[in-house]
Amino acid sequence: MKAPKFAYCRPSSLDEALAILADSGADAVPLAGGQSLLPALNMRLSTPDLLVDIGELGELKGIAVAGEFLRIGALTRHVELLESALIRERLPLLAEAIGHVGHVAIRNRGTIGGSLAFADPAAELPACTVALDGTVVAAGRAGRREIPAAKFFTGPLETALRPGELIVEIRLPARQPGQLWAFAELSRRHGDFAVAGLAAIAGVADRKLADARFVYFGCTDRARPAEAVGSALRGQRLPLEDRELIAKALETDLDPSDSPGWKSATKRHLARVLTERALAAMQRQMSQ
Amino acid sequence: MQPTIEVEITVNGVAVKRTIPARQHLVDFLRDELELTGTHLGCEQGVCGACTVLLDGQVVRGCLVLGAQAHGKTVETVEGLSDRGALRELQAEFARRNAAQCGYCTPGMLLTAQELLARNEPMTRDQIRQFMSGNFCRCTGYHAIIAAIAQVLADRLAQPANG
Repeated sequence: MKAPKFAYCRPSSLDEALAILADSGADAVPLAGGQSLLPALNMRLSTPDLLVDIGELGELKGIAVAGEFLRIGALTRHVELLESALIRERLPLLAEAIGHVGHVAIRNRGTIGGSLAFADPAAELPACTVALDGTVVAAGRAGRREIPAAKFFTGPLETALRPGELIVEIRLPARQPGQLWAFAELSRRHGDFAVAGLAAIAGVADRKLADARFVYFGCTDRARPAEAVGSALRGQRLPLEDRELIAKALETDLDPSDSPGWKSATKRHLARVLTERALAAMQRQMSQ
Repeated sequence: MQPTIEVEITVNGVAVKRTIPARQHLVDFLRDELELTGTHLGCEQGVCGACTVLLDGQVVRGCLVLGAQAHGKTVETVEGLSDRGALRELQAEFARRNAAQCGYCTPGMLLTAQELLARNEPMTRDQIRQFMSGNFCRCTGYHAIIAAIAQVLADRLAQPANG
């Protein structure tokens, strides 16, 4: 279908964009790379009066190191993350995940800020941001605030952003020596949204797992740490003595809804398979 | 703020200036305003890849870019790339292997394939498949398409200039 009628403007600075968004209220929608918004418009799932095109705002682009963090501008495109040597060295989880985001043409346009703001529960980047314990920096006309990723995603396609606020930056802690990571995803076709996926980070103390932050996607309502899995894994050695620990924890953490072709129980089973793959990858990292 | 907007876009090397509806996506702009009908519309929701064009040299979904977003940018379509010979080897190999079949997906396939070739890196068949996975062929004749791309890639890499 064709998108419904809307007006369009292209502010030349962040301040101008924030002013327009604040004045226009809920009828104005920011447009970044457009790879989630334009399909929604073409399918008429969204009918804004005004698109505020922030896609070319240079001040929101780029990847930089700031101490132990990487600062990623909200308008950094997926292809730039994929090709970044910094990301490969400092954020191997994100480097691995980004290749699973869409297809080449989508990655050439889509942005990390757009993906987080859209908050699709089957998307890779929200899960990675939570697993990495990142921070979302939002700006509104009243100023900036920092939102911990674990509190940013509040439901399917819902975030803690307030009306008139934009994501301007994502801060992700660089990998610490010895930190374990794993990314695993099952989808019908490479590049499609996940049926089930997992972004996982864990620390190690005394050869035991500590601070395991496992974040599932595709089989949950939003990107959030799987708390029962995290507690079940705390203090465990790899390989696990009791693999049923995982199954029990997933019963608590995941309650996937049925979707065409996928029953809830199937998705939970796939989440378990992915968890075991992730733990196997972490075990290999521990012995390196 | 009007629901129409003036845009200046360089399409296949020619600067064009038009006043278009804000909601018009790039493919409708190319097909309806400029009568460049080589770019096809399939799903119009970013899934099928039939609408692939180059925006500032990178492949994009034409149905997921507004004409307004292309303001000040360079767009190349299958017509432009074909006329300047950039697709010659791919087109010959597609023809030789009957990889075009019904032809609907072919412009998108050719454009995505030329981005793959531009990387000038050896790729396995599986890697080529993965790279091309955003382009649907509903004749489902992927075998010939992948074989054609693999052949052109192999030929290019074997040229002396590539050592």
